Amino acid sequence: MTRSTVSGATAAPRSRRSRAPGRLAFLGPGLAYLIVLLLVPLALLLSYTVFRRGRFGGVVYEVTGENFTRLLDPLYLGVIASSLKLATIATVIALLVGYPTAYLIAQLPRKWKTVALVAIVLPFWTNFLVRIYAWIVLLSGPGLVNSTLEGLGLGPFEFLYNQGTIVTGLVYSYLPLMVLPLYAAIERLDPQLREASANLGARPARTFVSVTLPLTLPGVVTGCLFVFVPSFGNFIIPELLGGGRSIMVGNLVRDQFLKARDWPFGSTLALALLAVLVVLLLLQAWSARRA
Amino acid sequence: MLQITGVSRRFGDVTALADVSLEIRQGEFFALLGPSGCGKTTLLRILAGFESPDAGTVTLDGADLLGQAAHRRPVNLMFQSYALFPHMTVAKNVAYGLEREKLPKAEIRDRVGEVLEKVGLSAMAGRRPQQLSGGQRQRVALARAIVKRPRLLLLDEPLSALDKKVRAEMQLELKRLQHEVGITFVVVTHDQEEAMSLADRIAVFNAGRVEQVDEPVALYERPRTPFTAGFVGASNLFAGRACSAGLAADGLGVLPGASDLPDGTPALLAVRPERLRLGVGPGGASGGGPGGAGALRGEVADVSFYGGVSHVSVVVPGRAEPVLVATQGATQVRAGTRVVLSWAPGDGVLVPQ
Ligand SMILES: Nc1ncnc2c1ncn2[C@@H]1O[C@H](COP(=O)(O)OP(=O)(O)O)[C@@H](O)[C@H]1O
Ligand SMILES: [Mg+2]
Repeated sequence: MTRSTVSGATAAPRSRRSRAPGRLAFLGPGLAYLIVLLLVPLALLLSYTVFRRGRFGGVVYEVTGENFTRLLDPLYLGVIASSLKLATIATVIALLVGYPTAYLIAQLPRKWKTVALVAIVLPFWTNFLVRIYAWIVLLSGPGLVNSTLEGLGLGPFEFLYNQGTIVTGLVYSYLPLMVLPLYAAIERLDPQLREASANLGARPARTFVSVTLPLTLPGVVTGCLFVFVPSFGNFIIPELLGGGRSIMVGNLVRDQFLKARDWPFGSTLALALLAVLVVLLLLQAWSARRA
Repeated sequence: MLQITGVSRRFGDVTALADVSLEIRQGEFFALLGPSGCGKTTLLRILAGFESPDAGTVTLDGADLLGQAAHRRPVNLMFQSYALFPHMTVAKNVAYGLEREKLPKAEIRDRVGEVLEKVGLSAMAGRRPQQLSGGQRQRVALARAIVKRPRLLLLDEPLSALDKKVRAEMQLELKRLQHEVGITFVVVTHDQEEAMSLADRIAVFNAGRVEQVDEPVALYERPRTPFTAGFVGASNLFAGRACSAGLAADGLGVLPGASDLPDGTPALLAVRPERLRLGVGPGGASGGGPGGAGALRGEVADVSFYGGVSHVSVVVPGRAEPVLVATQGATQVRAGTRVVLSWAPGDGVLVPQ
């Protein structure tokens, strides 16, 4: 990229010398942002994991391993496991819904593609909390869904405050993040490859499995990551739609900091969450390199 | 074997194919020749089942082809852009079609090995398409199409990405292959020399229409439309009206030609450059006008030597473009030499306009 700023051979040696400060000027703001707002807090968080809790929040600087021992308590492992489960289910559903959606959008005429893509991101233009509350209104005892069902002689059902509602909320909130990378991958696929596959005698299902899917796999991985990451650490959706019990790690972390005032253990939980996500990102990077 | 009847296809207000009818015979090497954008690819895509015509029918061995899904047709297409699967090795690409036939693994392996050897790519079997040169990719695409031993093989500009020398080799190779495997080949090209050297018969396309279907020699010597006369090989074209001796050319008098057209029909007279005889004219004779034996007089404008042949362009008074003459070997004439051009009446072909 720096090479493109060099206009001629004579200018090259000069600009090479002046390149380092120039680069820094461009990188500076981003770098400062990263260091001050991400790396420093992260380092603090990491350091808290080895200290004892303070009486009213904060930490007492006495090194201890008890936070990690506590992490292995089946109670907390159970929460981590159920977060993994809910985030995984949400991701799988989002993939199953998102792939056909993205595929159909990619086949639309150019004009309608834009319309469809705007419709996909439209929910992001309204407040997240409002949209989640809308779900509560929709699914609550006297809500729209139940009153309609009652009108048909069915229900009322208890839709809210269970794991199914959490998954619904997660899928609803993060589906666009699944559709967009999938759309990008499918759109990039040369339609002649599918034609070639058919020409060689492959039925449509075989073409999908052998050609379309493998070639859009990077999009699948990216989309899954985009849904899984915010789902796994989420605390608003389980809080509002899950009935406020600590079902997911996100809630647990929040509760440790704000309710139990146990910063060190909250940090340790956050670290565990981070560790899972880092492993996933590494897997993604590895699969992207292979593709 | 393949019968195309009245096939038409429009895209918006572009007419890609207009009432195309062709009959292609078993075992034939058939070429579709025409300039870019004349609908050749569209016709192949209809035959392969990726496009449906607005009107017309296609039958293969008497059975309707258009009603069949693309993946069931006994027709293989080599794509103009190759369309190789980037996530598979060369061997996997070639094996793909055979795997779809659920053949035993051993047989697939043998046939893939055989065909890769035929196209000279045995050493590349384990590579991905991205690791190959353009010419090698083209050969993989060819191997992938022929390994299925289809009834009909469609090739869309199969040699266009190759440089001249490799191209000539591949042309021979294609021809040899066609003899060996006995498949009916339909090859699309915009290169008239390629069509001439490869095909048993050629259909000349222009703007979605079939202008003429003939054997290469007939096409060259007896063009039946002005477009064919101009597109297939270089030709000197004179406009005028048919008369008993040939053509009454506008402003040049009567030019010799073999005519079976009614007198007075507006027509073009086509004379191939190599059929023209170049005589060094008696100096001072008047140019133009009906000369003896339908000769044209003029002055040499330019001489270019191409090894085996020389091209001489002669400016003839009364005609805007120079007349092109091809002579064997080197020629003594120079720019400025006054010359007489003549030809046998049989070498002047009259084309109705
Ligand atoms: N899918 C399509 N949509 C719109 N126009 C098309 C499409 N396919 C082909 N055409 C048009 O039809 C004409 C013939 O195209 P094509 O068959 O590809 O020509 P060729 O292969 O002879 O160069 C061209 O004018 C092209 O622009
Ligand atoms: Mg084409």
